[in-house]
Amino acid sequence: MDSEKYLAQLHEIQNMMQKSSKFLSLSGLSGILAGIYALIGSGIVFFMEKDFAYPIRFDSREFLLVTIIAALILLFSFVTGVFFSMRKARKKHELIWNKISRLFLMSFLVPLITGGLFAIILVSKREFALVSPVTLLFYGIGLVNASRYSFETLRNLGFVFILLGLLNTLFVQYGLYFWMFGFGVCHIIYGAFMYLKYDYKKP
Amino acid sequence: MTSIISDINKIFDHRIRLGIMSVLMVNDSVDFNRLKELLEVTDGNLASHIKALEQSEYIIIKKQFIGKKPNTTYEASPLGKQTFAKHLAALEQLIKTSK
Repeated sequence: MDSEKYLAQLHEIQNMMQKSSKFLSLSGLSGILAGIYALIGSGIVFFMEKDFAYPIRFDSREFLLVTIIAALILLFSFVTGVFFSMRKARKKHELIWNKISRLFLMSFLVPLITGGLFAIILVSKREFALVSPVTLLFYGIGLVNASRYSFETLRNLGFVFILLGLLNTLFVQYGLYFWMFGFGVCHIIYGAFMYLKYDYKKP
Repeated sequence: MTSIISDINKIFDHRIRLGIMSVLMVNDSVDFNRLKELLEVTDGNLASHIKALEQSEYIIIKKQFIGKKPNTTYEASPLGKQTFAKHLAALEQLIKTSK
């Protein structure tokens, strides 16, 4: 039957167009784990915060602790993301490092590094309250930007982060809650959604 | 119906040639190795299909040097893009009418 052949051709066209222009090796599992790291890290800060001595001094134990936790969350999330992407790419017989993954990473990292530097400068000027909204906002912009080269739904997650960042700017005293909800809860929900939609094979 | 059939292009009636054109429709330019990776074909096989598309003037081959290494990239020609878009529209039309 000819129409079956035409349908197969259409599928092939669609598949090739998507495969060649999108980085689709991102795994939902990375999102879930990144969310868990963020919740563990911010949970530790949450329970220790009441014992913090204010104002925070740069040479204090508290400052060192928060900095180390933030760096560890970032490091673990990045390593996890790379690990699961490599695993997914290998399963699909694709190379992880190609033009599209480079474009994806660049469009994500430029806003992210800008925001990171911005946050570091804010800390150096003792503007601690704005660190949470700034990280939420720039992370969201990075996601919206990078979604062009990956799953389109990544854009929606980006918009959620931008919205949270703006709300957090209005209510700066709740920084930790906004941060936990965004990087923790939203990551887990989105990661689980992506995992069930694209990665999980029904038995 | 006959006009739809005439837009179906025999040259695209092969998985690899169809794949090459699909990739070139959404990417400005692509090199040989990237095409090979995407289509999962051997060098010789890919080269022969590229040649067929080049002879129909559907793709443009650009040769340049990156440092000292020669680098060949492929682009869809305006004619190729137009013909492929017609082919795609005809495919969709045929599937619609057959349902």
